[in-house]
Amino acid sequence: MPTSKLSRNINWFKFAAPQRFYPLAGKLLPWFAVAGMLLAAYGLYLGLWVAPTDATQGDAYRIIYVHVPTAWMSMVIYVAMALWAGAGLVFNSRLSSMMACALAPTGALMTFLALWTGALWGKPTWGTWWVWDARLTSELVLLFLYIGFMSLHASIDDVRRADRAAGLLALIGVVNVPIIYFSVQWWNTLHQGASITIQGASMATPMLTGMLVMALAFWAYCIALALMRVRVIILDRERHTAWARAEMGVT
Amino acid sequence: MDGLKTVLRRDLRVSLRRRSDTFSTLIFFVMVVSLFPLGVGPEPQLLRTMAPGVLWVAAMLASMLSLPRLFADDHSDGTLEQMLLSTHSLAWLVLGKTLAHWVGSGLPLVLLSPVLALQFDLSASATGVLVLSLLLGTPILSLMGAIGAALTVGLRGASVLLSLLVLPLTIPVLIFGAGAVEAHNAGLGVSGHFSLLGALLIVTLMAAPWTAAAALRISLE
Repeated sequence: MPTSKLSRNINWFKFAAPQRFYPLAGKLLPWFAVAGMLLAAYGLYLGLWVAPTDATQGDAYRIIYVHVPTAWMSMVIYVAMALWAGAGLVFNSRLSSMMACALAPTGALMTFLALWTGALWGKPTWGTWWVWDARLTSELVLLFLYIGFMSLHASIDDVRRADRAAGLLALIGVVNVPIIYFSVQWWNTLHQGASITIQGASMATPMLTGMLVMALAFWAYCIALALMRVRVIILDRERHTAWARAEMGVT
Repeated sequence: MDGLKTVLRRDLRVSLRRRSDTFSTLIFFVMVVSLFPLGVGPEPQLLRTMAPGVLWVAAMLASMLSLPRLFADDHSDGTLEQMLLSTHSLAWLVLGKTLAHWVGSGLPLVLLSPVLALQFDLSASATGVLVLSLLLGTPILSLMGAIGAALTVGLRGASVLLSLLVLPLTIPVLIFGAGAVEAHNAGLGVSGHFSLLGALLIVTLMAAPWTAAAALRISLE
């Protein structure tokens, strides 16, 4: 298969070494953190000040600016975690599995927030904190899958075996994400259907803008958290190496 | 196929000689099912509504309890490593073990469930739907549980961890299995539920032995 001179000269796996990725993550981290804070400030301003009061739900709908981004992130992070775990299994690379481990707690937090803010929204609008419909149940299953991933990893003493076993589990669980996504189409559920489709959005523009800005804010926040956590995991796992000891200031 | 038949015959013989394993699973099933009417009160209509869910959850819990035994004994005396090293396809061997495990712990639950359904005053036709749903569902539980057992083989606290890993994946089986009986009681058709259960069984039959074999290789390096 012909390869271009350019692609032959690029080392595609350069940053697969923990020692090289650690400073890269350190350089990217402040950008994502600051971007997240600024986007969140702007998004909350749009959502809480600029966007109009909803005709049917009043001001209670404004929790959408946290609920929808966290729900999106919970699904995106699970797929990302499964992809990194799969890469770790296929390429036998330590850093890919470390990334999967770094993503898991953030993903679990996003899932929990989605469920919690959903309950807070459901009480004034649906009249109930919880209902056992398809979307809420499958999102709860997603939380269990995250917790299962973290528990399995923590239970195995050999960290490489733990990476591989938890990685296999993450790949098995990824089938749940399309179920969550399509649950409002496949079943008759209390949860509303998709407001944003390829054909357009059925939301008022100021509300939509605020929600999209908050979604970007959560993306940046989650990436920043994952980078921060993976740096800690790298230092922990590579603590026997000279560069890590120098980094931590241990002689 | 030779490997499958040999492993199946061996595991069936072992579980026949160790009947206490099967009995303890059955007794656990009976006890859990009997606890619910004591907890919620003897009102017949309530029990009739609860019956499919209670029997299904008890069957799931009984399966989870018996699953660590799938690989634990063979792991502790080294037979499992020999199975990995053999020329037979590991997926077939896992399928044989899982089938034997189902005959030893899942099938007895299915056969005992009509008797327990009497405790809940379930109608004869509803009991028939329940037994059929358990017949389709318990193999799925054994197959999915085999993946969990393979991932947790040899770990401390393996049985609790196994339940934590496998139960979320088996939630659809519970929903469609118990839902079939509820749909029957409500006068709606059960064909949708049974079609989905059958589909889940076929998919797990194809995917689970292979996945469990991969998990075994990870666990045993």
